[in-house]
Amino acid sequence: MNQYDVIIIGGGITGVGTARDCALRGLKVLLLARGDLTAGATGRNHGLLHSGARYAVTDRDSAAECIRENKILRRIAAHCVEPTGGLFITLPEDDLSYQDNFIKCCIDAGIKAEAIDPKEALKMEPSVNPALIGAVKVPDASVDPFRLATANALDAKLHGAVILTYHEVVSFIKDKNWIVGVQARDTRTGKTEKYYAPLTVNAAGIWGQNIAGMAGCQIKMLPAKGSLLIFGHRVNNMVINRCRKPANADILVPGDVVCVIGTTSDKVPMEECDDIRVTGDEVQLLLKEGCLLSPSLAHTRILRAYAGVRPLVASDDDPTGRKTSRGIVLLDHDRRDGIPGFISITGGKLTSYRLMGEMATDLVCDKLGRRSRCRTAELPLPGSEKELFDSAKGLRIAEKAAIGRQGTMVSKMDFSHKSEILCECEHVTRAEIAYAAKYLDVHNMMDLRRRTRVGMGTCQGSFCMKKVAAALARELGCPERTEEFIREYIEERWKGMAPVCWGESLCEAEYMRKLYADKKE
Amino acid sequence: MWPRRLSGGDAMQEKNISKDNFEQCLKCNLCATVCPMMAANPHYPGPKQAGPDGERYRLKDPKFFDLTLKYCLNCKRCEVACPSGVKVGDIIQKARLAYARQHNPLRDFTLASTDLVGSIAVPFSTIVNPVMASPAVKTLMDSVLSVDKHRSFPKYARNCFTTWMKREAASQQEKFTRFVTYFHGCYVNYNFPSLGQDLVTVMNACNYGVHIPDKERCCGVAMISNGFSAKARRNAMTNLKAFRKTDETILTTSSTCTFTMRDEYENVLGIDTSDVRDRILLATKWLYDKIERGEISLAFKSGYHKKITYHTACHMNKMGWAIYSTELLRMIPGVELTVPGQKCCGIAGTFGFKKENYTYSQKIGQELFDTLKALEPEVVACDCETCKWQIEMSTGLTVMNPISILAEAIDVEATRKLNSR
Repeated sequence: MNQYDVIIIGGGITGVGTARDCALRGLKVLLLARGDLTAGATGRNHGLLHSGARYAVTDRDSAAECIRENKILRRIAAHCVEPTGGLFITLPEDDLSYQDNFIKCCIDAGIKAEAIDPKEALKMEPSVNPALIGAVKVPDASVDPFRLATANALDAKLHGAVILTYHEVVSFIKDKNWIVGVQARDTRTGKTEKYYAPLTVNAAGIWGQNIAGMAGCQIKMLPAKGSLLIFGHRVNNMVINRCRKPANADILVPGDVVCVIGTTSDKVPMEECDDIRVTGDEVQLLLKEGCLLSPSLAHTRILRAYAGVRPLVASDDDPTGRKTSRGIVLLDHDRRDGIPGFISITGGKLTSYRLMGEMATDLVCDKLGRRSRCRTAELPLPGSEKELFDSAKGLRIAEKAAIGRQGTMVSKMDFSHKSEILCECEHVTRAEIAYAAKYLDVHNMMDLRRRTRVGMGTCQGSFCMKKVAAALARELGCPERTEEFIREYIEERWKGMAPVCWGESLCEAEYMRKLYADKKE
Repeated sequence: MWPRRLSGGDAMQEKNISKDNFEQCLKCNLCATVCPMMAANPHYPGPKQAGPDGERYRLKDPKFFDLTLKYCLNCKRCEVACPSGVKVGDIIQKARLAYARQHNPLRDFTLASTDLVGSIAVPFSTIVNPVMASPAVKTLMDSVLSVDKHRSFPKYARNCFTTWMKREAASQQEKFTRFVTYFHGCYVNYNFPSLGQDLVTVMNACNYGVHIPDKERCCGVAMISNGFSAKARRNAMTNLKAFRKTDETILTTSSTCTFTMRDEYENVLGIDTSDVRDRILLATKWLYDKIERGEISLAFKSGYHKKITYHTACHMNKMGWAIYSTELLRMIPGVELTVPGQKCCGIAGTFGFKKENYTYSQKIGQELFDTLKALEPEVVACDCETCKWQIEMSTGLTVMNPISILAEAIDVEATRKLNSR
């Protein structure tokens, strides 16, 4: 009964991207995620759809790969991508001569980079630092990683894949050297179950090191923490980068109704990856550098701080582990370590997830002796089949916002009966919550937040938490869990608010505390 | 690791004061509890949703502009209620000016162009007034222009206030040594010159001469609310230019004109008025302050008696100036004054004239109408002319501006003597 063609470990963008590709090629797929989908690095980055310009000078291959995938994702994931365009700006303290080489490298890699007059840049993006002395326009875009991963998972399911979130792989099932399946524990019930497949794909990102270890081989990951700040609303409508060698806090990305400055980069030990926190120094650094890109950040309310861990992989040919690759790493453990039935796909980046899935699936099909062409670059993701937003005139903000988040899937929402807005900051209706609960593997408030933006807005859930928790518990058929939902959610919200708790964020946090924490028994 | 506020050399995040205090919204929803429209109309998303919440989405893409923002009365009760000083109403007004298209351009233009329509109608007032009042014309306007048939347009005067001023009063004003400039507004000029005449009477009795501005245009409130921002800005510039030519205090008898010129010019139209703003005052406030400081004294007719109920217009509420009008009325011996709780009358200028808004308008005002009728005053006092039309139409009561009541109550000769020292 628990027999599949392929088991994929990891609920990040690489895992769901691979699951979609495998499912589209007719394989019987099981995806196991330790927690929720997108709970790791996928949900903890800039949400930048790279044009590749960022890597053009240092890594031409990655740059060329980015621009190819960038063009594909604009097409297949239209409801997740906002074609904002990007600027690489040179400030008086930067070396303007970097720009010429930068443009040359971009064009070499196939990226349309065009130097524009600083005044023109200011007109295109009024929030940019007016002191700029140079600007280059590139086809960067903003992508919502939650939406992108959700759409991939949904499509995989529509093509027969089984997705089990909150299922942690605890051991591999081996037949001599062959890996023939995994044993996974449902972290919500504690029950353990065996699943079988001739092939298992390790797509667990930074945690892939542990998975590989469990399988009996070694992958050396080099966890690098990146911290970011989210502001309460957009100050910019184009991606703003510094035109210089990549450094800390030099990209400002508009993402949905907020904007995000990042990142820092610090090595962290593997043990810390499960609970990383943003420090005061990082907040200071992000703000200081961020204000150089867009001075208005100095007086824009910060909603929260968060950090992710980049899944950087040490190159196989360098035993010291110092040399890293930002490229895609596909490991055939049969050939590499003598462990048949096991593949790892790691490295890469959000922008190249589809290609990673394609490469992994090609190898899977090869191993299984299936011949099937990859179609993920052609078939639009569920939600992106057609553009609805332009015809949304006359609708309420909430309905337009739902179209923005879920694309054509709004057709599955019952606006006639569940139209009331529960999360006011992000205009989320009961209809959207019911839809997410039914179709998008939602088990708690955090899952719901990642699917719908519930509680991601200005009040960070202070005013909607109760209403949303009750609605979700009802949709999931477990009204008795309402209070538990609220409690978990407050803790999680508070974690992100604490590092930036001053000014209006402090007022908001105090308000939240008064509403929930000070309850007298 | 505990949060540190950034400080020292750079002022980053020391104050995140933003335009309209947009950043300061804590989402507490107090504004929603006082919004008259939200209570009457389920289609209106309310001040928080239409204002700061919607603004976040409009900053992403103007396509998020919601047509239901047309229901905002611009009463600014949301701003009065906001504990964080968020300019909720201004955010909504500005979004409307930036993104809204006129629903009914001809009607809206006619309603907004008070100067144009007024200057055409006054010379023909003997014809225009009965025509406009006839049921046939009302029905026609209802079906063709979507101006609700229940409404009566204020009657046009035989002569403009400015004409009267020039012909009858201007020369006498030069006998005085101290002056105020009177911004009469469209209503006084084209429809109700007697209020302007009352103001001149009171001022002259207080030993002040009255000038009228060199060039005066409609304050622009109807243009702002109907989406004609360029026209509103032109009017504002004309008025401000006239104000800058004199150093006299600019007095008004309309709360909405006052509010528009003091606050909307700067906050909604983005015009710097800092050099003249403090000089633009409602006549009742100016008078009260002068009396309080002992610079002006009033003598009243003996045997004057009136049972008055004061209605606080929304913009009086916003400016916080109702107290000056009510205290002034209380100085009149024989006045029996009641001041019920502040409720919106629902007309909101040109809003209530539009056919699609009539029902909401009356629904919002109902509580006020019931209160006023129950108090049975001889007159209702109010500083706003559109409230006056609404209350008179909906209750049958007579509404007077406090300045007119004052002109009626003071002993002009005795007052003049008191102030001629």
